[in-house]
Amino acid sequence: MHGYCRSSVCFAVPARLSRSSQLHDPSDPIALSELPLKDPAPADDAAEAEPRPGHIRKPVGWSMIVIAALVAVSATLVWRRDGIDGVLEILTHDLSLFGGILPRVLAGCLLGAFITEILPHEKVSRSLGPNSGLKGLLIGTAFGAILPGGPFTAYPVASALLTVGADFGATIAMVVSWTLIGYGRAVAWELPIMGTDFTLWRIVISLPLPVLAGAFGRFVYVRMYPKVAP
Amino acid sequence: MLWASVACLGFIAFRRGRPVLTASLREGSMDFINIVPRIALGVIGSGYIAAVIPQEIITGWLGPNSGWLGVLTAVIAGAATPGGPVVGFSLGAVALKAGGGAPQVIAYVIAWALFAFQRVLLWEIPFMPARFVWFRAAVSVPFPFLAAAIAMAIGKP
Repeated sequence: MHGYCRSSVCFAVPARLSRSSQLHDPSDPIALSELPLKDPAPADDAAEAEPRPGHIRKPVGWSMIVIAALVAVSATLVWRRDGIDGVLEILTHDLSLFGGILPRVLAGCLLGAFITEILPHEKVSRSLGPNSGLKGLLIGTAFGAILPGGPFTAYPVASALLTVGADFGATIAMVVSWTLIGYGRAVAWELPIMGTDFTLWRIVISLPLPVLAGAFGRFVYVRMYPKVAP
Repeated sequence: MLWASVACLGFIAFRRGRPVLTASLREGSMDFINIVPRIALGVIGSGYIAAVIPQEIITGWLGPNSGWLGVLTAVIAGAATPGGPVVGFSLGAVALKAGGGAPQVIAYVIAWALFAFQRVLLWEIPFMPARFVWFRAAVSVPFPFLAAAIAMAIGKP
Protein backbone atom coordinates (compact mmCIF):
# COMPACT_ATOMS: atom_id res chain seq x y z
CA MET A 1 0.00 0.00 0.00
CA HIS A 2 2.91 2.27 0.67
CA GLY A 3 4.62 1.34 -2.52
CA TYR A 4 3.86 4.65 -4.14
CA CYS A 5 4.87 6.96 -1.38
CA ARG A 6 8.14 8.71 -0.81
CA SER A 7 10.78 7.04 1.23
CA SER A 8 10.41 9.57 4.01
CA VAL A 9 6.84 8.56 4.47
CA CYS A 10 7.58 4.90 4.68
CA PHE A 11 10.23 5.51 7.29
CA ALA A 12 8.23 7.96 9.26
CA VAL A 13 5.00 6.08 9.60
CA PRO A 14 6.14 3.02 11.48
CA ALA A 15 8.48 5.04 13.66
CA ARG A 16 5.77 7.41 14.76
CA LEU A 17 3.13 4.77 15.10
CA SER A 18 5.26 2.71 17.39
CA ARG A 19 6.18 5.64 19.51
CA SER A 20 2.74 7.01 20.03
CA SER A 21 1.30 3.62 20.81
CA GLN A 22 4.08 3.06 23.29
CA LEU A 23 3.33 6.27 25.10
CA HIS A 24 -0.38 5.99 24.79
CA ASP A 25 -1.12 4.26 28.08
CA PRO A 26 1.52 5.08 30.62
CA SER A 27 -0.59 3.33 33.24
CA ASP A 28 0.50 0.01 31.84
CA PRO A 29 3.11 -1.26 34.27
CA ILE A 30 5.10 -3.08 31.61
CA ALA A 31 5.23 -0.04 29.42
CA LEU A 32 6.24 2.06 32.41
CA SER A 33 9.06 -0.20 33.41
CA GLU A 34 10.25 -0.40 29.86
CA LEU A 35 9.94 3.26 29.15
CA PRO A 36 13.12 4.55 30.75
CA LEU A 37 15.14 1.79 29.20
CA LYS A 38 13.59 1.45 25.82
CA ASP A 39 12.19 4.83 25.00
CA PRO A 40 15.33 6.93 24.62
CA ALA A 41 16.77 4.70 21.96
CA PRO A 42 13.75 4.49 19.64
CA ALA A 43 12.96 8.14 20.23
CA ASP A 44 16.43 9.16 19.16
CA ASP A 45 16.26 6.76 16.30
CA ALA A 46 13.01 8.18 15.16
CA ALA A 47 14.26 11.71 15.59
CA GLU A 48 17.19 10.86 13.42
CA ALA A 49 15.17 8.88 10.94
CA GLU A 50 12.29 11.30 10.51
CA PRO A 51 13.87 14.52 9.32
CA ARG A 52 16.77 12.89 7.53
CA PRO A 53 14.78 11.24 4.71
CA GLY A 54 12.83 14.48 4.54
CA HIS A 55 16.00 16.19 3.44
CA ILE A 56 16.71 13.56 0.86
CA ARG A 57 13.21 14.18 -0.48
CA LYS A 58 14.85 15.69 -3.54
CA PRO A 59 14.90 19.38 -2.66
CA VAL A 60 15.91 20.05 -6.23
CA GLY A 61 13.81 17.67 -8.26
CA TRP A 62 13.17 17.44 -11.92
CA SER A 63 10.08 19.63 -11.65
CA MET A 64 11.94 22.36 -9.81
CA ILE A 65 14.64 22.45 -12.50
CA VAL A 66 12.01 22.93 -15.20
CA ILE A 67 10.37 25.69 -13.20
CA ALA A 68 13.71 27.38 -12.56
CA ALA A 69 14.46 27.30 -16.29
CA LEU A 70 11.05 28.78 -17.08
CA VAL A 71 11.61 31.50 -14.53
CA ALA A 72 15.03 32.32 -15.93
CA VAL A 73 13.63 32.61 -19.46
CA SER A 74 10.73 34.77 -18.33
CA ALA A 75 12.95 37.00 -16.23
CA THR A 76 15.21 37.50 -19.23
CA LEU A 77 12.22 38.41 -21.38
CA VAL A 78 11.04 40.91 -18.79
CA TRP A 79 14.53 42.34 -18.62
CA ARG A 80 14.72 42.66 -22.41
CA ARG A 81 11.33 44.36 -22.47
CA ASP A 82 11.28 46.56 -19.38
CA GLY A 83 14.93 46.83 -18.43
CA ILE A 84 16.36 46.32 -14.98
CA ASP A 85 13.60 48.41 -13.37
CA GLY A 86 10.90 46.02 -14.46
CA VAL A 87 12.85 43.09 -13.08
CA LEU A 88 13.42 44.82 -9.76
CA GLU A 89 9.80 45.91 -9.48
CA ILE A 90 8.50 42.38 -9.86
CA LEU A 91 11.18 41.12 -7.51
CA THR A 92 10.26 43.51 -4.68
CA HIS A 93 6.55 42.87 -5.18
CA ASP A 94 7.04 39.12 -5.09
CA LEU A 95 9.38 39.31 -2.11
CA SER A 96 6.77 41.17 -0.06
CA LEU A 97 4.16 38.65 -1.19
CA PHE A 98 6.53 35.89 -0.15
CA GLY A 99 6.96 37.47 3.28
CA GLY A 100 3.22 37.67 3.74
CA ILE A 101 2.70 34.07 2.70
CA LEU A 102 5.40 32.51 4.90
CA PRO A 103 3.48 32.42 8.20
CA ARG A 104 0.50 30.87 6.47
CA VAL A 105 2.74 28.27 4.88
CA LEU A 106 4.09 27.44 8.33
CA ALA A 107 0.54 27.09 9.63
CA GLY A 108 -0.30 24.80 6.73
CA CYS A 109 2.74 22.63 7.36
CA LEU A 110 1.90 22.32 11.05
CA LEU A 111 -1.68 21.49 10.15
CA GLY A 112 -0.49 18.73 7.83
CA ALA A 113 1.89 17.37 10.46
CA PHE A 114 -0.79 17.34 13.16
CA ILE A 115 -3.19 15.55 10.87
CA THR A 116 -0.57 12.95 10.05
CA GLU A 117 0.00 12.50 13.75
CA ILE A 118 -3.58 12.53 15.02
CA LEU A 119 -5.64 10.68 12.44
CA PRO A 120 -5.79 6.95 12.95
CA HIS A 121 -3.96 5.52 9.97
CA GLU A 122 -5.97 2.32 9.71
CA LYS A 123 -9.25 4.17 9.74
CA VAL A 124 -8.10 6.58 7.05
CA SER A 125 -6.79 3.88 4.79
CA ARG A 126 -10.02 2.00 5.26
CA SER A 127 -12.29 4.95 4.48
CA LEU A 128 -10.08 6.71 1.90
CA GLY A 129 -7.79 3.96 0.72
CA PRO A 130 -7.75 2.05 -2.57
CA ASN A 131 -10.62 -0.19 -1.47
CA SER A 132 -12.85 2.53 -0.12
CA GLY A 133 -14.98 2.57 -3.27
CA LEU A 134 -17.42 5.33 -4.02
CA LYS A 135 -17.73 6.21 -0.34
CA GLY A 136 -14.08 7.18 -0.13
CA LEU A 137 -14.41 9.42 -3.17
CA LEU A 138 -17.50 11.06 -1.68
CA ILE A 139 -15.74 11.62 1.62
CA GLY A 140 -12.78 13.15 -0.21
CA THR A 141 -15.10 15.40 -2.19
CA ALA A 142 -17.01 16.54 0.89
CA PHE A 143 -13.79 17.13 2.76
CA GLY A 144 -12.35 19.22 -0.05
CA ALA A 145 -15.53 21.24 -0.33
CA ILE A 146 -15.62 22.22 3.35
CA LEU A 147 -11.88 22.61 3.87
CA PRO A 148 -11.18 26.16 5.03
CA GLY A 149 -8.25 28.29 3.97
CA GLY A 150 -6.36 28.73 0.75
CA PRO A 151 -3.81 26.62 -1.06
CA PHE A 152 -1.51 26.90 1.93
CA THR A 153 -3.86 24.58 3.85
CA ALA A 154 -5.34 22.46 1.10
CA TYR A 155 -2.10 21.05 -0.29
CA PRO A 156 -0.37 20.23 3.01
CA VAL A 157 -3.54 18.53 4.19
CA ALA A 158 -3.83 16.58 0.93
CA SER A 159 -0.21 15.56 1.27
CA ALA A 160 -0.86 14.47 4.86
CA LEU A 161 -3.81 12.38 3.71
CA LEU A 162 -1.60 10.62 1.19
CA THR A 163 0.84 9.93 4.02
CA VAL A 164 -1.71 8.42 6.33
CA GLY A 165 -3.09 6.03 3.75
CA ALA A 166 -5.51 7.75 1.41
CA ASP A 167 -5.03 6.61 -2.18
CA PHE A 168 -4.54 8.80 -5.25
CA GLY A 169 -8.21 8.58 -6.19
CA ALA A 170 -9.57 9.95 -2.93
CA THR A 171 -6.86 12.61 -2.76
CA ILE A 172 -7.58 13.70 -6.33
CA ALA A 173 -11.26 13.93 -5.44
CA MET A 174 -10.31 16.10 -2.49
CA VAL A 175 -7.98 18.44 -4.39
CA VAL A 176 -10.34 18.80 -7.35
CA SER A 177 -13.30 19.36 -5.07
CA TRP A 178 -11.36 21.99 -3.19
CA THR A 179 -10.52 23.89 -6.37
CA LEU A 180 -13.95 23.51 -7.97
CA ILE A 181 -16.54 23.70 -5.19
CA GLY A 182 -14.56 24.92 -2.17
CA TYR A 183 -16.93 27.42 -0.72
CA GLY A 184 -14.21 29.79 0.47
CA ARG A 185 -13.12 30.81 -2.98
CA ALA A 186 -16.59 30.79 -4.47
CA VAL A 187 -17.99 33.10 -1.82
CA ALA A 188 -14.99 35.40 -1.61
CA TRP A 189 -14.22 35.84 -5.31
CA GLU A 190 -16.57 34.18 -7.73
CA LEU A 191 -19.88 35.51 -6.38
CA PRO A 192 -18.92 39.19 -6.48
CA ILE A 193 -17.07 38.99 -9.79
CA MET A 194 -19.08 36.53 -11.85
CA GLY A 195 -22.50 37.01 -10.31
CA THR A 196 -24.73 34.63 -8.37
CA ASP A 197 -26.40 32.98 -11.36
CA PHE A 198 -23.20 32.01 -13.08
CA THR A 199 -21.58 30.84 -9.84
CA LEU A 200 -24.46 28.61 -8.82
CA TRP A 201 -24.78 27.24 -12.33
CA ARG A 202 -21.08 26.48 -12.49
CA ILE A 203 -21.04 24.83 -9.07
CA VAL A 204 -23.99 22.62 -9.98
CA ILE A 205 -22.16 21.54 -13.13
CA SER A 206 -18.99 20.99 -11.12
CA LEU A 207 -20.59 18.86 -8.41
CA PRO A 208 -20.08 15.47 -10.07
CA LEU A 209 -16.60 16.29 -11.39
CA PRO A 210 -14.49 15.57 -8.26
CA VAL A 211 -16.01 12.13 -7.85
CA LEU A 212 -15.55 11.39 -11.54
CA ALA A 213 -11.97 12.66 -11.45
CA GLY A 214 -11.25 10.53 -8.39
CA ALA A 215 -12.81 7.45 -9.94
CA PHE A 216 -10.95 8.02 -13.20
CA GLY A 217 -7.72 8.60 -11.29
CA ARG A 218 -8.16 5.39 -9.35
CA PHE A 219 -9.05 3.51 -12.51
CA VAL A 220 -5.91 4.73 -14.31
CA TYR A 221 -3.71 4.33 -11.26
CA VAL A 222 -4.59 0.68 -10.75
CA ARG A 223 -3.71 0.00 -14.39
CA MET A 224 -0.56 2.08 -14.42
CA TYR A 225 0.92 0.59 -11.27
CA PRO A 226 -0.59 -2.87 -11.03
CA LYS A 227 2.01 -4.04 -8.53
CA VAL A 228 0.95 -1.44 -5.99
CA ALA A 229 -2.72 -2.20 -6.29
CA PRO A 230 -4.07 -4.83 -3.96
CA MET B 1 -9.25 30.96 11.20
CA LEU B 2 -6.16 29.20 9.95
CA TRP B 3 -4.21 29.50 13.18
CA ALA B 4 -7.30 28.60 15.14
CA SER B 5 -7.47 25.25 13.40
CA VAL B 6 -3.74 24.80 13.96
CA ALA B 7 -4.19 25.54 17.67
CA CYS B 8 -7.16 23.21 17.84
CA LEU B 9 -5.31 20.29 16.27
CA GLY B 10 -2.28 21.13 18.38
CA PHE B 11 -4.42 20.86 21.48
CA ILE B 12 -5.71 17.46 20.37
CA ALA B 13 -2.14 16.38 19.79
CA PHE B 14 -1.19 17.68 23.22
CA ARG B 15 -3.98 15.63 24.77
CA ARG B 16 -2.46 12.57 23.16
CA GLY B 17 0.73 13.31 25.05
CA ARG B 18 3.58 15.73 24.79
CA PRO B 19 5.78 13.54 22.58
CA VAL B 20 3.07 13.46 19.95
CA LEU B 21 2.91 17.25 20.03
CA THR B 22 6.65 17.77 19.83
CA ALA B 23 7.02 15.15 17.13
CA SER B 24 4.41 16.82 14.95
CA LEU B 25 5.81 20.26 15.67
CA ARG B 26 9.23 19.09 14.59
CA GLU B 27 7.82 17.32 11.56
CA GLY B 28 5.84 20.40 10.56
CA SER B 29 8.84 22.68 10.94
CA MET B 30 11.00 20.35 8.89
CA ASP B 31 8.39 20.33 6.14
CA PHE B 32 8.30 24.10 6.34
CA ILE B 33 12.07 24.42 6.01
CA ASN B 34 12.04 22.00 3.11
CA ILE B 35 9.28 23.85 1.35
CA VAL B 36 10.45 27.42 1.80
CA PRO B 37 13.02 27.36 -1.03
CA ARG B 38 10.45 25.90 -3.42
CA ILE B 39 7.84 28.45 -2.43
CA ALA B 40 10.44 31.16 -2.87
CA LEU B 41 11.16 29.99 -6.39
CA GLY B 42 7.44 29.67 -7.08
CA VAL B 43 6.43 33.08 -5.77
CA ILE B 44 9.31 35.02 -7.22
CA GLY B 45 9.37 33.07 -10.44
CA SER B 46 5.69 33.09 -11.24
CA GLY B 47 5.69 36.87 -11.10
CA TYR B 48 8.04 36.89 -14.07
CA ILE B 49 6.12 34.25 -15.96
CA ALA B 50 2.91 36.20 -15.36
CA ALA B 51 4.55 39.38 -16.60
CA VAL B 52 5.45 37.67 -19.87
CA ILE B 53 1.87 36.53 -20.58
CA PRO B 54 -0.29 39.54 -21.41
CA GLN B 55 -3.88 39.32 -20.29
CA GLU B 56 -5.29 40.72 -23.51
CA ILE B 57 -4.15 37.63 -25.36
CA ILE B 58 -6.06 35.44 -22.97
CA THR B 59 -9.28 37.42 -23.32
CA GLY B 60 -8.79 37.24 -27.07
CA TRP B 61 -8.61 33.45 -26.89
CA LEU B 62 -11.85 33.45 -24.98
CA GLY B 63 -13.57 35.56 -27.59
CA PRO B 64 -17.01 34.93 -28.96
CA ASN B 65 -16.00 32.00 -31.13
CA SER B 66 -18.19 29.10 -30.19
CA GLY B 67 -18.06 25.37 -30.54
CA TRP B 68 -15.49 22.89 -29.40
CA LEU B 69 -12.58 24.86 -30.79
CA GLY B 70 -13.65 27.70 -28.52
CA VAL B 71 -13.79 25.29 -25.60
CA LEU B 72 -10.31 24.02 -26.40
CA THR B 73 -8.83 27.51 -26.54
CA ALA B 74 -10.73 28.36 -23.35
CA VAL B 75 -9.12 25.41 -21.60
CA ILE B 76 -5.67 26.42 -22.75
CA ALA B 77 -6.36 30.00 -21.76
CA GLY B 78 -7.51 28.87 -18.33
CA ALA B 79 -4.34 26.90 -17.75
CA ALA B 80 -2.21 29.82 -18.93
CA THR B 81 -3.94 32.51 -16.87
CA PRO B 82 -1.56 33.92 -14.31
CA GLY B 83 -2.45 35.42 -10.99
CA GLY B 84 -4.89 34.74 -8.22
CA PRO B 85 -8.66 34.30 -8.18
CA VAL B 86 -9.29 37.96 -8.93
CA VAL B 87 -7.56 37.72 -12.29
CA GLY B 88 -9.07 34.37 -13.20
CA PHE B 89 -12.65 35.30 -12.45
CA SER B 90 -12.32 38.83 -13.79
CA LEU B 91 -11.11 37.57 -17.16
CA GLY B 92 -13.98 35.11 -17.19
CA ALA B 93 -16.43 37.92 -16.44
CA VAL B 94 -14.90 40.09 -19.16
CA ALA B 95 -15.17 37.27 -21.65
CA LEU B 96 -18.77 36.65 -20.68
CA LYS B 97 -19.60 40.33 -21.20
CA ALA B 98 -17.61 40.48 -24.42
CA GLY B 99 -19.85 37.81 -25.88
CA GLY B 100 -17.99 34.61 -25.05
CA GLY B 101 -20.25 31.59 -24.96
CA ALA B 102 -21.29 30.31 -21.54
CA PRO B 103 -19.89 26.79 -22.11
CA GLN B 104 -16.57 28.32 -23.11
CA VAL B 105 -16.48 30.49 -20.01
CA ILE B 106 -17.40 27.51 -17.84
CA ALA B 107 -14.59 25.53 -19.46
CA TYR B 108 -12.28 28.46 -18.88
CA VAL B 109 -13.12 28.87 -15.19
CA ILE B 110 -12.90 25.14 -14.53
CA ALA B 111 -9.65 24.75 -16.46
CA TRP B 112 -8.30 27.68 -14.54
CA ALA B 113 -9.34 26.08 -11.25
CA LEU B 114 -7.81 22.77 -12.23
CA PHE B 115 -4.57 23.71 -13.93
CA ALA B 116 -3.71 27.39 -13.49
CA PHE B 117 0.03 27.06 -13.90
CA GLN B 118 0.82 29.58 -11.22
CA ARG B 119 -1.03 27.68 -8.52
CA VAL B 120 0.41 24.38 -9.65
CA LEU B 121 3.95 25.76 -9.65
CA LEU B 122 3.59 27.77 -6.51
CA TRP B 123 1.60 25.45 -4.27
CA GLU B 124 0.93 22.05 -5.62
CA ILE B 125 4.42 20.99 -6.71
CA PRO B 126 6.16 22.22 -3.55
CA PHE B 127 3.70 20.55 -1.22
CA MET B 128 2.69 17.37 -2.94
CA PRO B 129 4.80 14.57 -4.40
CA ALA B 130 5.53 15.62 -7.98
CA ARG B 131 4.22 12.32 -9.26
CA PHE B 132 0.86 12.98 -7.70
CA VAL B 133 0.69 16.43 -9.27
CA TRP B 134 1.38 15.23 -12.79
CA PHE B 135 -0.96 12.34 -12.33
CA ARG B 136 -3.76 14.57 -11.06
CA ALA B 137 -3.25 17.07 -13.87
CA ALA B 138 -3.33 14.34 -16.50
CA VAL B 139 -6.43 12.77 -15.03
CA SER B 140 -8.17 16.16 -14.86
CA VAL B 141 -7.72 16.98 -18.56
CA PRO B 142 -11.11 15.66 -19.75
CA PHE B 143 -13.12 17.47 -17.11
CA PRO B 144 -13.29 21.03 -18.43
CA PHE B 145 -14.57 19.53 -21.68
CA LEU B 146 -17.08 17.43 -19.82
CA ALA B 147 -18.27 20.51 -17.92
CA ALA B 148 -18.63 22.40 -21.20
CA ALA B 149 -20.63 19.50 -22.60
CA ILE B 150 -22.92 19.54 -19.57
CA ALA B 151 -23.27 23.29 -19.92
CA MET B 152 -24.19 22.93 -23.58
CA ALA B 153 -26.70 20.23 -22.72
CA ILE B 154 -28.52 21.99 -19.93
CA GLY B 155 -28.26 25.44 -21.40
CA LYS B 156 -27.68 28.86 -19.94
CA PRO B 157 -29.05 29.82 -16.55
